[in-house]
Amino acid sequence: MTSASTTTAPGARSRAVEDLPYWGPWRTGLAILRRDIFVTGREFPIFLAQVILQPLFLLFVFGKVLTELGYARPGYQQVLFPGLVALAAVLTGLQSTALPLVIEFSYSNEIEDRLLAPLPIGAVAVEKVVFAAMRGCVAAAVMFPVGIWILGAIPWQASTAGAVLAMTVLGALLGAAMGLILGTFVPPNRINVTFALVLTPLIFTGSCQYPWPSLSQIRWFQVVSALNPMTYVSEGLRGLMAPGVPHIQTWVCFVVAVAYLVVLMVVGMAGFIRRALG
Amino acid sequence: MGRTGQQGNIRPDVALLPDTVALSGDAAVEVTELVKRYPKAPKDSLAGVTFQVQRGEVFGFLGPNGAGKTTTIGILTTRIRPSSGRARVAGVDVVADPVGARRVLGVVPQQNNLDRSLSVRQNLLFHASYHGVPRARRRRMADELLDQFGLDDRPGGRPDDFSGGQIQRMMIARALMHAPAVLFLDEPSTGLDPAARLFLWEKVSELRAQGTTVVITTHDMDEAATLSDRVAIIDHGTLLALDTPDALVRGMTSVRTLDCTVDPGPGGDPAVIGNALGSIEHVSEVEPLDEPGGNGWRFRIYVEGEAAPFVAPIAHAIGDLGGRLNDVRLGEPNLEDVFIHLTGRALR
Repeated sequence: MTSASTTTAPGARSRAVEDLPYWGPWRTGLAILRRDIFVTGREFPIFLAQVILQPLFLLFVFGKVLTELGYARPGYQQVLFPGLVALAAVLTGLQSTALPLVIEFSYSNEIEDRLLAPLPIGAVAVEKVVFAAMRGCVAAAVMFPVGIWILGAIPWQASTAGAVLAMTVLGALLGAAMGLILGTFVPPNRINVTFALVLTPLIFTGSCQYPWPSLSQIRWFQVVSALNPMTYVSEGLRGLMAPGVPHIQTWVCFVVAVAYLVVLMVVGMAGFIRRALG
Repeated sequence: MGRTGQQGNIRPDVALLPDTVALSGDAAVEVTELVKRYPKAPKDSLAGVTFQVQRGEVFGFLGPNGAGKTTTIGILTTRIRPSSGRARVAGVDVVADPVGARRVLGVVPQQNNLDRSLSVRQNLLFHASYHGVPRARRRRMADELLDQFGLDDRPGGRPDDFSGGQIQRMMIARALMHAPAVLFLDEPSTGLDPAARLFLWEKVSELRAQGTTVVITTHDMDEAATLSDRVAIIDHGTLLALDTPDALVRGMTSVRTLDCTVDPGPGGDPAVIGNALGSIEHVSEVEPLDEPGGNGWRFRIYVEGEAAPFVAPIAHAIGDLGGRLNDVRLGEPNLEDVFIHLTGRALR
């Protein structure tokens, strides 16, 4: 052999391992989360505008305009507001995973640097979901001042604040998990049509604008709504914020939402790992 | 390697097996019988590839597109799971411990995968933070690398504002932020202008001097020959040859060329001269080259064995026909010739 193949540099082999302090994969995950927070934080006003606009108009038209014109009863705000908090959490969570994943996997390849970071591939998916859920929670939180501003008063009970927070987090996670599935299973050339086919039914069968128990008159629609995970977030929040409105029992909402979350996460993670590994 | 625990039982002849010697722990990359078959693919993308890269070596992977280079790199960098076989990077099994492997390897991909939401400097800093490099150290390293790679004039610029060559420098600088033991460069000079290519080659030489092992894939034989200590030639998922560029060229082809410029003399016929040259013993082919220059007609003569001894017989043969040999250039075969020899087709 020539000198070339026998050239070695002592210590080169495990330089990285020996020199660096212990660094658990979870800390790598936190570093990636910090990157996402840093990027969103820098564009926070744009992010807010993005998440506020749709619920703002829904709230204004359905909660204010229709009520003032007399087409909706005054109590309708009690039904609508918790539903729109759920909608903001779920939808923002969904959009915060689905769109970035499609772009990062297909066009920009930006996700590669994170897939090559020292943490399990599945943890990258978990980080995406956690961060998207954080965005969903911010969007839901913003609904409260917006609601007070437009409606004058919102249904609220201080005693259930903790449970409202928990349900909101759960809703944001559910949305993020749905986005994980969309973002990894849908081919990039189909994302537009998929969004149109998925988002609209999701928004209008999620019991945001109506209380689910009152649907017994329209049985088929009640069944369809029961299949939508968002229904349990809307109904859960409704029961916690406006207990006077008919609603599915809160514990049922929590159980079903958690069960949905587990299933969606298992499917979404499988899709993510399939995309990330050849 | 597993045998070392039971030293008393090692037979002397076993210890001398080349395999045992090679697996002494000096290998930066160790690939054993690696097979990859993609779902629904009619045949293996990698059909049992075995090789080792020594520490501190620049190892070139030469082959046409689709030969299996990128699949091999993908497996070694934990992005593709092999169907069977073993692969270790810096002693870490990439299948059993992908997280551990990602700590010791660095990757410069073919395509720009920089974080477009971050500035150049932030790309380096965040990458290092993913790898657990402490804050003070990653700042110092980022400044050093930005300076070293000529990126220090616009550290706050976004990747989209830079040229292809600069983007590639950023990706190399980023990969070096966690001081990987083995750096993988996938087709690094594709799409680069000549100056950027030279810069890249310089940097790879510097890395080698610093003791970093570099594995580079390319379909450019110049690049493979210039940069690599050893070159593996791969095609259809099979390793065809592995040696130093010189040894590959020396060992694989017995054919040499002589480019001759001939003045056919008054009334001389180039075709007749060509025939005469072709009838010299051990000349395998005579190929007329392009337009006759001011100096005369040009022929490329393929011979078996060393080229120099053929100069005199060629000059004689031309002189006998009243012409004159004006110029001779002895052609050295290159890696491309080796590739053609091995596969029966051109590299591109």
